[in-house]
Amino acid sequence: MGNSTHKLEIFRGLVKFKSNQSKIWAVLFFLSVVTIIEVALGIVKPEVLIVNSFLSMKLINWIFIILTIVKAYYIMWDFMHMRDELRGLQASVIITLSFLIAYLAFILLVEGNYIFDVMYEGFVSWNF
Amino acid sequence: MSSTITTIEDDNTDVWGGGNKPLNSSYGKLMMWFFIVSDALTFSGFLAAYGFSRFKNIDSWPIADEVFTHFPFLHGVDAPMYYVALMTFVLIFSSVTMVLAVDAGHHMQKGRVAFYMLLTIIGGAIFVGSQAWEWGNFIRGEYGAVETKGGQIYQFQSSETGKRIALHDFAVEIPSERVQHESKNGVWYMGESTLPSYTTQEVISGFVANDDIVIKTEKIDENGHKIILSREESLNKITQAVSVVEGANLVNNEYGNRLFADFFFFITGFHGFHVLSGVVINIIIFFNVLVGTYERRGHYEMVEKVGLYWHFVDLVWVFVFTFFYLV
Repeated sequence: MGNSTHKLEIFRGLVKFKSNQSKIWAVLFFLSVVTIIEVALGIVKPEVLIVNSFLSMKLINWIFIILTIVKAYYIMWDFMHMRDELRGLQASVIITLSFLIAYLAFILLVEGNYIFDVMYEGFVSWNF
Repeated sequence: MSSTITTIEDDNTDVWGGGNKPLNSSYGKLMMWFFIVSDALTFSGFLAAYGFSRFKNIDSWPIADEVFTHFPFLHGVDAPMYYVALMTFVLIFSSVTMVLAVDAGHHMQKGRVAFYMLLTIIGGAIFVGSQAWEWGNFIRGEYGAVETKGGQIYQFQSSETGKRIALHDFAVEIPSERVQHESKNGVWYMGESTLPSYTTQEVISGFVANDDIVIKTEKIDENGHKIILSREESLNKITQAVSVVEGANLVNNEYGNRLFADFFFFITGFHGFHVLSGVVINIIIFFNVLVGTYERRGHYEMVEKVGLYWHFVDLVWVFVFTFFYLV
């Protein structure tokens, strides 16, 4: 039940730690750096990332969402010890959640966008 | 997978006898994962509903940077998001101390488990306190605004400096006899909330009297900034005001769309409630560690299960932070 039983490498084996504790501190450092990047981007709001968009979402929002998922991955894999669990458990949690959440978000966002269009282009004035 | 702790002796070979461990995880941990998956779906339901309402009002949704600008002990300083970022760090750090407690539990080091659990509890308490402070600021409001018949919010700002102007800076005092209607004075189910500091007429008169004030509307232009009306347009629009709004509640708020405050209260409130219950559970486990319950049991799996819950709360906050404050 010692350290030897934890998988101690992160970034696909790029970095390997001697003990579980040093891995935890490194993950904290990584998460902090990501958060600082997010906050800095949120405050500076670079013009380039706001004007340009990809798949009708601003680049800055893509960056925020991707960084969030990266953070979620490391919290789950290293803090919640998902890295040490069996593939079956990893898959049952991740596939279930990612499918259902992506589905829910897709349906509701498309619907919200549609209602916006109706109110925006419709004949009825919503601003009286 | 010997890093996961064995809680049941493996001599029970009967598959249905409760002895075997599906997916090599103990019963308790597996059930915690079931809970986490279902709770994650609840939170994603909240966040997706937020996204729905935001997409529905995409051209008039409040900008988080302009709403959450407070930092403790810095009055009047415009500090968008710094405090929320700090809260995020506090929560991530308390997650780290939790993981260190779990690690110490694997080594059966009672003292270190207790120490790290205590740090986790303190971190959680700081976070809940910060959230209460955020709520306080949000509910109290800072500048005040007026609402039109159609439910639109007009905020006020100086046409010269571009800075927001609070109602008490320009509203004129007009003596009037408006009294708050309380349920004790009439039919028991009819009352009203606290009256705003100024009547609509006082705000409108003050607005007309001050030449340098213009209206900031809810609408967003293509660059993501709120549209500011000219003085002439403002004078025209101000007559549509029907009520004064100060701060936020579930019915209306001075920041813009009514749903914005509702989602703020529900999402951060639901998350804050999770943190609060997490702190309470952590305290119970902390005392169990102190009296040596897990030392006698021979393993610290309970700390690991509580840790799963605690990390989950942190995980949710990462998403709330992104979708409520950043995006």
